[in-house]
Amino acid sequence: MKASPEGVLTGAHYLDGDHACAEGALAAGCRFFAGYPITPSTEIAERIARRFPKVGGVFIQMEDEMASMAAILGAAWGGVKAMTCTSGPGFSLMMENIGLGIMMEVPCVVANVQRGGPSTGLPTMVGQQDMMQARWGSHGDYGIIALSPNSPQECFDRTIQAFNLSEQYRLPVFVMMDECVGHMTEKVVIPEPDAIEVVPRRLSPLPPGEYLPYAANGDKVPDMVTAGEGYRIHTTGLTHDERGYPDMTAEAQDKLVRRLRAKIDDNAEKIYDHECKRLDDADVVVVSYGITSRVARAAIDAALDDGLRVGEIRLITVWPFPAELIRDLAANTKAFVVPEINLGQMVLEVERAAAGAARTIPVTHAGGWVHDPQTIYDAIREGLRGNAAPRKSARKPRKEKQP
Amino acid sequence: MIDFEKYLRIKKFPLIWCAGCGNGIVLKGMLGAIDRIGLDKNKITVVSGIGCSSRATGYVDFNTLHTTHGRAIAFATGVKFANPDLTVLVVTGDGDATAIGGNHFIHAARRNIDITVILYNNWIYGMTGGQVSPTTPHGMRATTAPFGNPEGSFDISRLAIAAGASFVARGSVTSPVKLSQYIEKGIRKKGFALIEAFTPCPTAFGRQNKMGKALDNLEWIKERTIDVKKADALSPEELEDKLVTGILVDVEKSEYTDLYAKLVESVRDIPVDLHIPEREVVPASIAVAGGEEL
Repeated sequence: MKASPEGVLTGAHYLDGDHACAEGALAAGCRFFAGYPITPSTEIAERIARRFPKVGGVFIQMEDEMASMAAILGAAWGGVKAMTCTSGPGFSLMMENIGLGIMMEVPCVVANVQRGGPSTGLPTMVGQQDMMQARWGSHGDYGIIALSPNSPQECFDRTIQAFNLSEQYRLPVFVMMDECVGHMTEKVVIPEPDAIEVVPRRLSPLPPGEYLPYAANGDKVPDMVTAGEGYRIHTTGLTHDERGYPDMTAEAQDKLVRRLRAKIDDNAEKIYDHECKRLDDADVVVVSYGITSRVARAAIDAALDDGLRVGEIRLITVWPFPAELIRDLAANTKAFVVPEINLGQMVLEVERAAAGAARTIPVTHAGGWVHDPQTIYDAIREGLRGNAAPRKSARKPRKEKQP
Repeated sequence: MIDFEKYLRIKKFPLIWCAGCGNGIVLKGMLGAIDRIGLDKNKITVVSGIGCSSRATGYVDFNTLHTTHGRAIAFATGVKFANPDLTVLVVTGDGDATAIGGNHFIHAARRNIDITVILYNNWIYGMTGGQVSPTTPHGMRATTAPFGNPEGSFDISRLAIAAGASFVARGSVTSPVKLSQYIEKGIRKKGFALIEAFTPCPTAFGRQNKMGKALDNLEWIKERTIDVKKADALSPEELEDKLVTGILVDVEKSEYTDLYAKLVESVRDIPVDLHIPEREVVPASIAVAGGEEL
């Protein structure tokens, strides 16, 4: 269906990524936001606090991030689209109820504007260190969806996409922004409402009595109902059967947890979103995401100017990870170069998928600033030497001046 | 005579609660209150956290949400805002609501959001086998306070009053009729309502403290409770070990979802300045319709 015109700020704007994310939520039909202030995500909450009352939406600043995450799950069960935003320390606190959202299969969106960690780390400075936390941060086994925008325009677009995926697959979806993308200001074009596709809640066509809350459809996702509509269902964080009632047996656990995993794995082909360039004859492929994909641009352009055959994969859905894509390329590629503002997280996935068929060269950065493109360029050069070359130099990022 | 079965998921019986547990009496009091008010089952949402009392949601035939430890009230805040027409009840315990969930408890009271919290206070963590809770009286034993609780305990009702709740009542399973009346008044109240219900846990609390049989556990509660009207005549010293029951607070004050609805109404026709940070400047060349006025 198309976006409701109410709340869509059609036109060209000059916005930072946080504000664009807020506008994306409005356009997607989000009408409940619960959050807790934390740099560098607070501007999302601030804009929503101003914008929501005008469209009848509810903004509430909760007492902490556990409460924020709990409140958006409650609101989603009450029938509205809901989101929260945070950064590393708050993301850690939300993990508990993110797990509940996965177990209860609650559609909602969490925007994490990443900063340098661990702990309080670098509150005002960039990091991409929560990528593995996004995948594995809550306890137990499950599948997850996470998107990584690389511009304010994408903060708008990908937030809508996150809402759509959350409704389609019924789970919390992460928008893994970073401080640079969140705070950079660029032109953001918000289309006409008619041009914005939004996925409505997948409400069950079955009447009360016939409806089973956790009986999955062909895509392994169950349909939903809204509290107050006569279904009187029970939902719990305990392992449950198709009726939603606790069933604490190894059999019920196996059936439920495998489905929670499979509903992402089996639909991954439909969920994947990435930009690929010049992969056909690439000797080296640069795999990047978020702000780092734009820093890598300079290094790749320089390498192309040198006549090197460099391909690019920009991950938009970082989770699920497109392992097949990497696996297929590895046979004909000398190396994958993976720059990221952490000490090597998504590179582990690339390495796993490449399975030794091609070299994997991490270009690490501990956070606080973006890479010097030279380090990425050097790694590309390093990659051209193939498996025989020593890896040491590429692992060591250059010392660089702080801004 | 109330037909309690129409509010229960009888197929889910028997209950997990132990013999001698008072939780069923509190639950019955809640169902009686719902029946007397005449609420539509479809329009009731019951949210619970983790613990013995929180398992109540599995047995009652409403919209029921069994959430995470301590977070039921925060979860309920979202439910209430998403659909203010729903009657939202929270079933919780002393540990769930005032230890791990203490922050959510006081802030919901401060906001005076229209949620009725029925808090089963049995002075112990029952489900995990009898650990010390924020209400375990000083000196009494728990598996994690084997030499007696060295800490002081919360007076939960006074905590809620101080935080701003508009209705606070304390009852006991030893006076089930009154307890049910308090719950009824709490549900009828437009605002944050707390009904703290004393309920015995002979298995985890009574046994460790050598309180005798299940009936003796009820006697222990009975001896300690005193009605607020009688308590008014006593000195603080005389009240030291007493548990004051009755309606402790019942005031009219603005309710949060109402206030928010008024806020929405008040801003509907006024432009909102989106010029929040300095860096957000819309150059005239690309500013278009819709960019200024919202």
